[in-house]
Parts: sequence; structure tokens; C-alpha cells
Amino acid sequence: MTPSDIFNITLMQGFAGLSLFAVLLLMGLGLAIIFGQMGVINMAHGEFMTIGAYTVYLGSVLTAEYAPEFMPYYFPFAIVAAFFFAFIAGWLIEWGLIRFLYQRPLDTLLATWGVSLAIQQIFRTCVGPKEVSPTLPDWLLGSWAPSEGLDIPINGIFVLSLTILVTLGVVLALYRSRWGLRVRATVSNRVMANATGIDTKKTDRLTFAIGCGIAGIAGAAFTTIGSTGPTSGQLYIVDAFLVVTFGGTASLMGTVVSAFGIAQTQSISEFFLAGSMAKVLTLSVIVLILMIRPQGLFASKVRH
Amino acid sequence: MNLNIFQSWNTRYQLISLAVLGVILMVALPLCLDIFRLNMVGKYLTYAFVAIGLVMVWGYGGVLSLGQGVFFGLGGYAMAMYLKLEASDPESTAIQSTPGIPDFMDWNQLTELPTFWLPFNSLPLTLIAVIVVPTLLAWMISFAMFKRRVGGVYFAIITQAVALILTVLIIGQQGYTGGVNGITDLKTLHGWDTRTDSAKLILYYLCVVLLLASILLCRWIQTSKLGTLLLAMRDKEERIRFSGYDVSSFKIFTFCLAAALSGIGGAMFTLQVGFMSPSFIGIVPSIEMVIYAAVGGRLSLVGAVYGTLLVNSGKTLFSETFPDIWLFLMAALFIGVTMAFPMGLAGLWDKYVTPCWKRWLQARRAPAPQVKAAPGAQAEVSRKVNVSSIHEEIPAGLGA
Repeated sequence: MTPSDIFNITLMQGFAGLSLFAVLLLMGLGLAIIFGQMGVINMAHGEFMTIGAYTVYLGSVLTAEYAPEFMPYYFPFAIVAAFFFAFIAGWLIEWGLIRFLYQRPLDTLLATWGVSLAIQQIFRTCVGPKEVSPTLPDWLLGSWAPSEGLDIPINGIFVLSLTILVTLGVVLALYRSRWGLRVRATVSNRVMANATGIDTKKTDRLTFAIGCGIAGIAGAAFTTIGSTGPTSGQLYIVDAFLVVTFGGTASLMGTVVSAFGIAQTQSISEFFLAGSMAKVLTLSVIVLILMIRPQGLFASKVRH
Repeated sequence: MNLNIFQSWNTRYQLISLAVLGVILMVALPLCLDIFRLNMVGKYLTYAFVAIGLVMVWGYGGVLSLGQGVFFGLGGYAMAMYLKLEASDPESTAIQSTPGIPDFMDWNQLTELPTFWLPFNSLPLTLIAVIVVPTLLAWMISFAMFKRRVGGVYFAIITQAVALILTVLIIGQQGYTGGVNGITDLKTLHGWDTRTDSAKLILYYLCVVLLLASILLCRWIQTSKLGTLLLAMRDKEERIRFSGYDVSSFKIFTFCLAAALSGIGGAMFTLQVGFMSPSFIGIVPSIEMVIYAAVGGRLSLVGAVYGTLLVNSGKTLFSETFPDIWLFLMAALFIGVTMAFPMGLAGLWDKYVTPCWKRWLQARRAPAPQVKAAPGAQAEVSRKVNVSSIHEEIPAGLGA
């Protein structure tokens, strides 16, 4: 093995970590808004991700059936559709369920778990228990080889750029838009925000729905990496919660940093250990750090 | 001491409800069901250990743990390891390349027993491990968390992560733990065949007796000063802290108690079902265990047992005949107990049955005796009333 081989392997392993980082961050961003800003434990977050993934699958099936020549272009539209379907589902669930439970966070946890079970069963009945993956457009396949022996998969690059785009969008929306202002006002002092004329109930609903919509985008991005089944979302829910908790709730910066740290730790330790042990090691380290420093990396002032 | 329990209870109602449960479990069910179904009820009852632990931790302590499956699993695995070692004696494993070690180790090219399996050659050490191992882990988790005043949601997430870690670890370390299949082919307990019908009946009764004893223990804690403190802490933690109590150590104690109970439940599970696998301890089973307690009523110990029995029989019934509907029903249960019936079955009972019962009692005896309601009923009214009315009962409990 020459030094350049080692360099290439390091780069590729690092990039594998970056793909995982992208998925974790996309999952975590939605949760950071819902859990970090609103304090709602949304155990159905993974299922909103699956909604996005199934939307892309549906898009690919429909395109292949009715407009095969449109195949290379459907993917961006499918991502937008994924956001909207997850957004609508989130809106409905906030209206039907979450708004009654804001005072009881532990009960939201149980109720949203019920929601996640129901959504899973709907998928199982309507789409089937088998895992599916959409037909990806050609430009997403293959890999980019800038030099000999160095292969960077294009879908990885795509997911990473999508993640950067969404993250920037969320940061801009939270800190530069009227909606973001309302959200931050509601989070810091609900009564006062109400008194200044902010419709906090509407803000809550919009915030929850946007968080779910971002989970939908995460699901759409996920289809380029793996296949989707009815229970795919559940696999990531604990990781997503750990990303947000580890980063420190109410801190977007923390979410980004902790997603990066967790993904790289896992990917690097996967190089030395078996996959399951790498996961155990990563999770244990996070849990231990959280026991020592419960406020997470980037602490918010108050913790309930 | 014993007398004191009954004194402090002072509601005959509580005693009666426990007696009724005892009669149902010890007389009615064995008479009505064949041994296969009875064994199944026994299996459900092992989950009830977890459920009453959750009543203490969640209903009384206000701390929701999503990792009770971990403690259930540790107890169950400890028992399974002992039974497996007994089942893999050199004669019956003679065809293996290394006789005398469990079959899955042989399949995974292990040539000698790992050190951490050695204590499980002895029954007393195993019985100690069934209780001590879960308690120790619970202590480590809760000490780190509660001393730093982390509670509520964060505690739930951390315990859930612990459940995930343990499942991934057990599945990944196939050679040491039996992997995803778990530990199977368990035959005898100290030379006693646990697979015969008579053994199953004895194990069922053992399980019922242990469960009733656990309920008595928890009830005693609830009526003691500690129980009052737990309730008060759940409602106004800062106030108790400022009154000079070390809030975290009470929470740690309760969490460890629940873990120990879950461990016992897990061990009884292994004995009655005959195997143990990671599918009983992960995230999904752990959160289902919460629903058992919630359906029964999160403040009622006896209710938790009924809740466990009801949800599990529903699960068996529906997943046998209409597997598609079961998950929807389960979802409805989760949403229903949070939105519509936060006090579960016990709450419904106190709301609709207890008043009738009281009226009937009052009509029978003209000088109406004061029948105090079960704690569930008091919680039904409001949380403040709950604490204050419990306070009225303290003097009896303090008599110890």
C-alpha cells in the first residue's frame, strides 16, 4: 500500500462519514426545530422521513409510467413534493393531537409513538412490507474520480449539497424571517409574545409542520443512499434525538457540530471495528458524555 | 410491621382490590384456562413486574424511563445464561468441537467459556445477578443523571439510547450472547425439568406470588413517607429540595427498585417461556411496557397488572387473527391513554364504579362509614388535591 493509497482510503472513508453526517443532520434539523424550539418529543419524526422517501418512490413510479422522457428531471420536483406531503401531514397531526399536549411533554412522546405505529401500518397496508427504492436519474449514479484510485460517489455529493442548502435555508428562516422572529419570540416567552400580537398557536403549527417538512426532505435524500421500508424511520429516531440532545437543544450550531462528530466517529471506528461495535462505541461515548455534561455541547441557558 | 401495613392502608378498598386480583390470578384463571394458556398468562404477568415498576417511577416519581426492557432483559439473560450452561453439559454437547460450552459459542468458533459466563454456573450467584445486575446499571444511569438534575424528556431519551446500545451489542456479539436468536433450548433448572406441565403450573404460581409480594412492597413504599415525598416531588420538585430533602437520592432509589423488579420479571419470563432474545428488550418492547402501565392507570399498582394482561391478551388475540388491525389498535391505545384517559383503567373504575359502590355501601349501613377512595381517584380530581389528601393519610404511615 503506497502513501497515496492510504491518503485515498482516508479521503473516501472521510467522505462516507460525510454522507452519514448529511443524513443525520437533515434528520436532526427538523427535530432541532420541533424538539429544540418547541420542546415537543416527536417520536413520529422518522415516519415523516419515510413519508418523504415514499413520495420520491411514488414520483419515480409515476414518472416511469406516464412520462418516461421526464425521468432525468423528476428528482428535484420529488424533493419539493416530499417536503409538502410531510408538511401537510405535520400540520394535520399538530392540529389533531399535539396542540392538546404542549403542557405534557412525556405524553406527547407516547402519543406521537402511537402516531408512528399507525403511519407504519398504513405504509405496510398501502405500499407493502417490502423495502422499495426509486429509480434514480442517471446523473445521480456513478462516481466522480478526480484522481487515480479515488472514487467519490455522486449521490453522496448530491446529498451533501442538499444538506448544506437546507441548513442554510433553516438558519436564514430562523434568524432572518418574520416566521423565525415569531418562533424565537414564542420560545423565549410565550405569554409576552402573545401579548405583542403574535399568534402563538399558528406559529406552533407552522413550526411543527416545517420541522416535519424538513424530515420529508431528509427522507427524499435518504432514497439516494438506501432503500425504504415501513420501519426505516424508526431506525434513525434514536440517533436523531441523540444528535439534537448532544448538540445542545435550541442551538442549530450544536446540531451541526454534533451530527458531524457522531457521523465521523462512527465512520472512523467502522474502519477498525465491526459495524455493530462501531455503533455501540459511538452511542456509548455520546451517552457517557451526556451523563457528564447533560446540557450538551452548546448549552442553552435553561434546561427543564 | 405487618400490622402497620394494614393500618396505614386504612382503606379496605385497597386490600380488597389486591385480594380480588389474587383470587383471579390464583384460583379463577388456573380453573378456566388450560396449561398452555395459563403459561401464556404467566408470560404476561412477567411484564406486569415491569409495569408496577413503572407505576412507581413514572406515576409516583414522575420520571419516564423508556429503557425498562433493558433491566427486564438483563434479568432474563442472567437466568437464561444459567439455564443454558446447565443444558450444555459435556454429554449432551458431545458432537460439538468443544463439548461443554453453549452451542452458539461453538458455532462461532469459541473454544472456552468467556469469563463473564463463569458466575452463572452457580444458581445462588445467578439469582443474585438477576437482581443486582439490573439494579447496578440503573444506579449508574440514574446517579449520573439525577445528581445533575436531569430529568423528564432527557432521561427518557438517554434510557432509550441505552436500550438501543444493549440490543445492538447483544445482536453484534453473537459468540458471547447468542446474537439475534438469543439463548434458546433451555431445559432444566438445577436438575428440575421446566418444560413439563406440572413445572409450568408451579412456575406460574411462583410468578403470581412474587408479583403480589412486589405489589405489597410497592404499596408499602407508597404509603410510607417516601411515597408521599415522591408524589410531592413529582408535582413541585423545587419545593421539596428547598425543604432540605435530597431529591435525587429518592429518585435513584425508586429507579433502582423498578429495575430490580424488572429483573425479577425477566428471570420469570425466561423460566416460563424457555428462551430469551434481544427482541424482548429493545426500544419497541420497552416503550410498549410503558403502555401497559398507562392503560392500567399510571398511579395504580393493581391497575397496572390488569393493564398488562389486557394489552397482552389483545395483542395475542389480534395478532393471531387480524395482524393488520393490531398496530392500529396499539396506536389508538397510545393516543387514547394520553388524550382521553390519562388515568387508564383505574381512573375509569374510580370515576364510574367507585361512586356506585360507595352509594350502595351507604344505603346498606345507615350511619355512613367513611370510605376513602383509591389514590387514582384522588389524582383524578386534581394534582393539588392529590397531594393534600395524601397528606391526611400520613399520620398512619408515619407510625412506623
